[in-house]
Amino acid sequence: MEHHSHIYGVMGEFGTPEQLIHAARKVRESGYRHVDAYAPFPVEGLSEALRLHRSWVPLITLLGGLAGGLGGFGLQYWAAAITYPLNIGGRPLNSWPAFIPVTFELTILGASLSAVLGMLALNRLPQPHHPVFNVPRFTHASTDRFFICIQARDKKFHLAETARFLQGLDAHHVSEVSDD
Amino acid sequence: MSAGQPPLDSPEIRRLTPVLGPGHSFASVTDKISSIVLTRPTSLGWFVGFGIAFSLMGLMTIAIGWLIIKGTGIWGINIPIGWGFAIVNFVWWIGIGHAGTLISAILFLLNQKWRTSINRFAEAMTLFAVACAGIFPLIHTGRPWMAFYMFPYPSTMGLWPQFRSPLIWDVFAVSTYGTVSLLFWFVGLIPDLATLRDRSKTKAKQIIYGMLAMGWRGSAHHWHNYQSAYLLLAGLATPLVLSVHTVVSFDFAIAIVPGWHTTIFPPYFVAGAIYSGFAMVLTIAIPLRKAYALEDFITMRHLDNMAKVMLATGLIVAYGYFFEFFMSLYSGNKFDVFLVRQRFHGPYAPFYYALILCNILTPQLLWFYKMRHNVVVLFLMSIVVNIGMWLERFVIVVISLTRDFMPSAWGRYTPTFWDWATFIGTIGMFVTLIFLFVRVLPAISIAEMRELVAETSEENK
Repeated sequence: MEHHSHIYGVMGEFGTPEQLIHAARKVRESGYRHVDAYAPFPVEGLSEALRLHRSWVPLITLLGGLAGGLGGFGLQYWAAAITYPLNIGGRPLNSWPAFIPVTFELTILGASLSAVLGMLALNRLPQPHHPVFNVPRFTHASTDRFFICIQARDKKFHLAETARFLQGLDAHHVSEVSDD
Repeated sequence: MSAGQPPLDSPEIRRLTPVLGPGHSFASVTDKISSIVLTRPTSLGWFVGFGIAFSLMGLMTIAIGWLIIKGTGIWGINIPIGWGFAIVNFVWWIGIGHAGTLISAILFLLNQKWRTSINRFAEAMTLFAVACAGIFPLIHTGRPWMAFYMFPYPSTMGLWPQFRSPLIWDVFAVSTYGTVSLLFWFVGLIPDLATLRDRSKTKAKQIIYGMLAMGWRGSAHHWHNYQSAYLLLAGLATPLVLSVHTVVSFDFAIAIVPGWHTTIFPPYFVAGAIYSGFAMVLTIAIPLRKAYALEDFITMRHLDNMAKVMLATGLIVAYGYFFEFFMSLYSGNKFDVFLVRQRFHGPYAPFYYALILCNILTPQLLWFYKMRHNVVVLFLMSIVVNIGMWLERFVIVVISLTRDFMPSAWGRYTPTFWDWATFIGTIGMFVTLIFLFVRVLPAISIAEMRELVAETSEENK
């Protein structure tokens, strides 16, 4: 193992989603851990090929929805029954059926906001710059090209050998990704 | 049916009209859609259309300015008709928005491929329609600078909103709907903004699209979380969109006014909302595909499907009208019976007949394959349905309020110049926003089109 402080990793380019999946599977099988793949659209089966763990977004969404719903009901209960009670013909202050619409809307609001903000946070976005943008051909990653990047912090990483390994997977334009 | 020629609408024929024109690759769909924004010069037609729409929006600004100076007395409202154009237009606009969410969320959950090329601008339409809708409840309060009273905040006066009121439910429903629609739309845009960033040639565009894309790089980890969030948003937006028009219908149904106090209102409002929304999507899609030569992406299959949804929801609306009529008579309640008679014979009867003509009779043409495949007919039909749905809200609001329980409380309502100026002005604002949108953002989701290319190429193998 060698360490290159100015190298982020090695990147290989692929032409089709099938090649990308095939390569991703091989990269994982040969023991690389710090790997990421890049595609212009969500490629089916790529997460499985890279063995990504389950996304945390659903849990965050659930918690956000619960917070929104409980907070929404609590707000109405507190306003209508505790801090600003209005006695209208002796009707119950905690008239919960009338609180359902707002509770429902705030549940959806809390869940949606946390789904989006949670997704962005888990993806570490916004992040204006990232080393992969240093590769000139990477602009095609948002059009019609597919990339795999093996990072230098991986224990198995060796600049020349990893590059050769990617070439062996039929990657064209294997290039090193500089860190700055 | 005799053997030989398959019927025109058979599955064999339909397969020949794909959701995506033949011969497209990842690069070609990207080029075609992003070039509309990045390289295509702005046409004279765009400037003319934008100019007209922007002038009408100016009219709206003047109308609202005058309203704020003079108060709601400049409108045609009076006692007993406290709800005039403002509520009619609010309900109309909010309803139009519903189709966008239906297309983007419900059709996504149902895995309908034909949604792909229409969801982006349908969602934009939702946002702009909600923006137009939001203006009316704000200005109809008469003192829009006090509108924050409707939000729960710890005021020094110790006041809280009345959470048992449908009008407060409306505030929460509409503001949640606006927020979630914006989130959904923006999340869908992120990968496309990254595409625009990477394809922009000028520094300014790179910076603007780059900031909006937030550093999206299409990594597998990104997509992994992204897909999860998108699916969840679709699942959350689906009950939301059904709830919004339900809550809007509560504004009427919770009141005891004849013609409003019925349980059929929530489902029939939701159906009407989707009906008018699909009409508006067609009104936008037909000129859009023509102007930017997008016939490969928005194919006849899309128009045909939208026409079918319009027909189906139109029939639900017709069913709603019938049951409104039937239940009033069946109930034996003399005020309800009287209201039905007023719809047919009262001073606003022409509006009711026009509504039946626009919303129930004319759309029956959509049963015919030839009509659904005639772009001009579809475009005219979409306008007719939009007018019909506006008339529906007019009939609901005005006839009930002018003829409630006591003859001494009856009245008449005539909109003034300022009513019309505000209404037409919001149409101007809507069209202005649509024009700006197609010029600066991809009107069709590029990332999803690439996904569609991948799927269809797999099918053809």
